Amino acid sequence: MIKKITLSLIILLLGTVQLYALIEVDITRGNLDPLPVAVSPLSSDKNTDDELSKDLKIKQIGYKISEVVENNLKNSGLFNPLNKDAFLQKPDIAHLKPRFEDWSLIKAQALITGKVTLKDEKLRVEFRLWDVLAAKEMMALAFTTVPSNWRRIGHIITDKVYERLTGEKGYFDTRIIYVSEDGPKTKRIKKLAIMDQDGSNTKYLTLGNELVLTPRFNPTNQMVTYLSYFRNLPRVYLLDIETGVQEVVGDFPGMTFAPRFSPDGKKIIMSFAMDGNSDIYTMDLENRIVDRITNHPSIDTSPSYSPDGKYICFNSDRSGYQQIYVMGKDGTNVKRISFGKGLYGTPVWSPRGDLIAFTKLHKGKFYIGVMRTDGSGERLLTENYYQEAPSWSPNGRVLIFYRETKTDSEGKGFSAKLWSIDLTGYNERMVTTESDASDPSWSSLLSN
Amino acid sequence: MNLSKFFKNAFLVMLACLVLSACATKKVQNQMQGDVYTGTDTVEYLASGVPDRVFFATNESVLTTASRDTLRKQAEWLRKNSKVNVVLEGHADERGTREYNLALGERRANAAKDYLMTYGISGNRISVISYGKERPVDSGSNPLAWSKNRRSVTVKAN
Repeated sequence: MIKKITLSLIILLLGTVQLYALIEVDITRGNLDPLPVAVSPLSSDKNTDDELSKDLKIKQIGYKISEVVENNLKNSGLFNPLNKDAFLQKPDIAHLKPRFEDWSLIKAQALITGKVTLKDEKLRVEFRLWDVLAAKEMMALAFTTVPSNWRRIGHIITDKVYERLTGEKGYFDTRIIYVSEDGPKTKRIKKLAIMDQDGSNTKYLTLGNELVLTPRFNPTNQMVTYLSYFRNLPRVYLLDIETGVQEVVGDFPGMTFAPRFSPDGKKIIMSFAMDGNSDIYTMDLENRIVDRITNHPSIDTSPSYSPDGKYICFNSDRSGYQQIYVMGKDGTNVKRISFGKGLYGTPVWSPRGDLIAFTKLHKGKFYIGVMRTDGSGERLLTENYYQEAPSWSPNGRVLIFYRETKTDSEGKGFSAKLWSIDLTGYNERMVTTESDASDPSWSSLLSN
Repeated sequence: MNLSKFFKNAFLVMLACLVLSACATKKVQNQMQGDVYTGTDTVEYLASGVPDRVFFATNESVLTTASRDTLRKQAEWLRKNSKVNVVLEGHADERGTREYNLALGERRANAAKDYLMTYGISGNRISVISYGKERPVDSGSNPLAWSKNRRSVTVKAN
């Protein structure tokens, strides 16, 4: 169904000298002063351009790849890609030996150059990252892949640049799975959809015949778990996005919902509702053994593992209202951690392990926030009429979630969109999707 | 003369406005008790005099007096029509997280099921499904619309 991604990644260290760099980007606080960076179009010879415009119908692939990089850097909020019109040096010459005076003249602090060649139907892309002020090469890498993977090359370059300049892994060579929405509010048609992190390459994984909700990636591979109302039986399903094969997970005598994978990808944790009571269960995907984790007459739902797999945070109304709790992976030592005013839902453990993101409802407003895993240090990042269900970028720096609009007096004007915000509370922006969208889940890095 | 007539007319218009607006608010109030919907706009009937749905307060799954009355009528109708099976569809309003609302819808539909069972309807004839906030009847973003959407609907399954 989805084209198998075969990115044979050959990294050639082109004699990189890892000197201490002058430029670095601090991502731990809101960056109001993004780093000016020049992304030179990658140079490509005429033969390569001709071949690729024939095969991929893409002209100037080097320019296109640089646009992917530029767009990623801009959306991160940490970088300010400079207007290409101001570039003085030609791409091929800049890639060999940048005239640093020219680049510092336009206030670039970092420069990215590159070169694309087509050889034996394989695309070879090399790039270099330069420190303009220190007049030094910071990094040089090359990749070889099939030409149709050209956008991924752009994402991988961004990841490498981001990592080199911030000291943390990137999140650009990733995908988002979400629910695509269509139709009137009272009768929404919902389909599973997947796209690259930057909104391109959208593919639909279900047809919209049945209601589907809350898809989540397996952190270790390209499997997805989600809720489907297939044959009007709401159950947790497993979907292999490479083959398109779907299967129901567990034959429960009632609704199963709110699924997530364990960090090792071997279990699914979910809620099972029966006779008006929802508790948390796990299922081992290998031997299909089911374990009951909570046993309480209240609603227990939205479970999420800590990245070491030792703890589970979840949502329960055992106190009378929705609050966030943490317990051991076997259901012992249940502790309430949310004590602020309002209702708390959808806790999700950060991949770095130190924070839990959540949705909060207080006085008719919805907030996305984070707190430490003991409930201290609550910080609300964004307020809106309706928003919920944050999902972490794999490096734990960005949250993606969805927002719904208030309808007017005639019940018109409903929409659902994906939004993202940095952990710092800065860089809030709408993530463009082909249709209305909700329930986003961020994949791990596809390449490492 | 003319002027006094004008004032008289203006006064009448103002009075009419007041009466109308009072009616409007009264109408809304009449459709809700606390925040539970008590109107009939969205209600359909399983048979004459047998409403198909009951309504709930925010975040609640407790049956109100009116809900129990409706469910007793449903139980009576189910006893008379012993071959009919039903699905109870539980729903929540849009002011909650999706996953919690799925659980809440299930809890509401089961509250209705339990009550039908206490009136002698076999659990084998009743199945339950929760739609959470996925299938509102009213697409409005206001308390009245939300009250219509917090519901359990009894639907014939055969």
